[in-house]
Amino acid sequence: MSKPFTPKVVTANALLEGDVVYLMANDQWSRHLDEAEVIEDAAHGDARLLQGNSEPDLVVGVYLADVKIEDGKPQPTHFREEFRTRGPSNYNHGKQAELV
Amino acid sequence: MYQYNDFDRDFLAERNAQFRAQVERRIDGSLTEDEFKPLRLMNGLYLQLHAYMLRVAIPYGTLNGGQMDVLADIADKWDKGYGHFTTRQNIQYNWPKLKDVPDMLDALGEVGMHAIQTSGNTIRNVTADHFAGAAKDEIADPRPTAELLRQWSTDHPEFQFLPRKFKLAVTGSENDRAVIKAHDIGIRLLSRDGEEGYEIVVGGGLGRTPMIGKVLRDFLPKADLLPYCEAIVSVYNLLGRRDNKYKARIKITVHENGIETIRDLVEERFALLKPQFGGVDQEMLKGIEAQFALPEFTTGPTDSYTAAYDADPVFRSWADTNLTAHKNDDYSIVSISIKKHGQTPGDATSAQMREMAAIAREFGHDELRISHEQNVILPHVHKSHLPAIHARLKAADLATANIGKISDIIACPGMDYCALATARSIPVAQQIAIRFDELKLEHDIGDLKIKISGCINACGHHHVGHIGILGLDRAGVENYQITLGGDHTETAAVGERAGPGFAYDEIVPAIERLIGAYLEHRENDTERFIDAYRRLGLAPFKAALYPEAKANAA
Repeated sequence: MSKPFTPKVVTANALLEGDVVYLMANDQWSRHLDEAEVIEDAAHGDARLLQGNSEPDLVVGVYLADVKIEDGKPQPTHFREEFRTRGPSNYNHGKQAELV
Repeated sequence: MYQYNDFDRDFLAERNAQFRAQVERRIDGSLTEDEFKPLRLMNGLYLQLHAYMLRVAIPYGTLNGGQMDVLADIADKWDKGYGHFTTRQNIQYNWPKLKDVPDMLDALGEVGMHAIQTSGNTIRNVTADHFAGAAKDEIADPRPTAELLRQWSTDHPEFQFLPRKFKLAVTGSENDRAVIKAHDIGIRLLSRDGEEGYEIVVGGGLGRTPMIGKVLRDFLPKADLLPYCEAIVSVYNLLGRRDNKYKARIKITVHENGIETIRDLVEERFALLKPQFGGVDQEMLKGIEAQFALPEFTTGPTDSYTAAYDADPVFRSWADTNLTAHKNDDYSIVSISIKKHGQTPGDATSAQMREMAAIAREFGHDELRISHEQNVILPHVHKSHLPAIHARLKAADLATANIGKISDIIACPGMDYCALATARSIPVAQQIAIRFDELKLEHDIGDLKIKISGCINACGHHHVGHIGILGLDRAGVENYQITLGGDHTETAAVGERAGPGFAYDEIVPAIERLIGAYLEHRENDTERFIDAYRRLGLAPFKAALYPEAKANAA
């Protein structure tokens, strides 16, 4: 039996600012993980990765990142992805500054 | 210091214009990321975790006040008002926007600075002793040699696609402050029977497979430097492995082929190359040396220094910790700590950069240095100015008296910024510094080198720290391994792993137990941590780190 599929999101960095972005269901890119489309199966994941990679003039380094669902919203499962949702821990810079 | 000539200025302007056009073509879609990436890396531009990062070279760590001012201006205009000084005598900007980078490079070019070859599989920024030209123990200033190597290696057509990156470090003193034995080529200036020359060390490096460099030539006549280095790099270029990134550095080439084989190949190649140099390089070196003439030292009484030293305990503590002997007895070398307890090691705000530049202009012959230990140096200060400098530094939050102490920690950016990192480094450094400041133990502990890397690539030099900390990802959780007994000096050694790693919230208490064991076991308060470790071995420190294991064994 194959391993159960872990929910995923498509993520990348914006070409111009380098900021972390997530692919939404409407094919647009969001700066916020909670707006990302959550992918529930491998075949759909492949298709969405292709979609993400089809916009090299907008984003760089497209990949699938694992998430878990909490209160209906995707949350990172790995600390690296958690840092990507907010920014560095030594200054209030990056996304965490913009959210306030 | 070296002044750019018309050739340098034209080369840089043209190179910056090329990169500007490359950025435009990337943004308009004419270049793919695969095409653009090697071009941006050649110009020091990385894409990191949250943003782009621009790495700017400060060749051999030397800059003047005007250059430091421009670094501050760039931080304000195109970044978030600060910069991060690194273990390779670079400064990194963590938040540039892609379209702004060509303007940043032009601004650097105006003051003779660049980001060329701060990345990629080329010869990187040439580093040197940060006390160069000033240290009392120095045989000769290593910077003219480093500048000659910079000019030779910059855009060298044969060495733009080496098997892997290649790092050179130069020291002019027997006391190695440039970690030359952990470089691809380490160069030490020396004099034998009145003749100037170099000791050449090859195949050192940290990272995944740490190696201490081996002596390739114990005496190389001064005039042979460039053909000999060219011979080393060209032998490596052909022999170095390109099949496995992790085995591609010259340390592996030397290890796999043996130092004798490498020496024979280098000598053979050197014999071919030497006639091609024809002495032009030595004429250039003479011109460079003239530009590194010592400043005209002022004379005058140093009573004000002695008076302040006797009267003010805060000044005295700073003077005892942050000053180093200068070759002129009326002068001191000032190390400015940019590691106030709780601050990010190596970070300086634009205001701090401008203040350091102003102090250098006013009191320090307009000279500044960046150390691989991520501090800023005023190399030439008349002792009479020290009280005034200390007051100015205090007002700018730059007077922390911790050079060489437990809170003077090297830390790489780690997973707070770096895309390669496997764990954070900066908060670990911040917490260690805060904890030992709270305990008021820093000066009792004395000289100690803690070095932290957030991944196996070892930018934080953890292998050569007296205490090394390596941050890893263990099953999706940050985990920190401790190594002990590393040494970054002329007696270089790779530290020994103490045992299993510690979780993020366990690492600071573990360091505290380690220091507790040192304080308990040292012979007296002049025995440094590293000396106690060498005398006692791992056992007492291991017992302190892993008290459960001891309890279980009992």
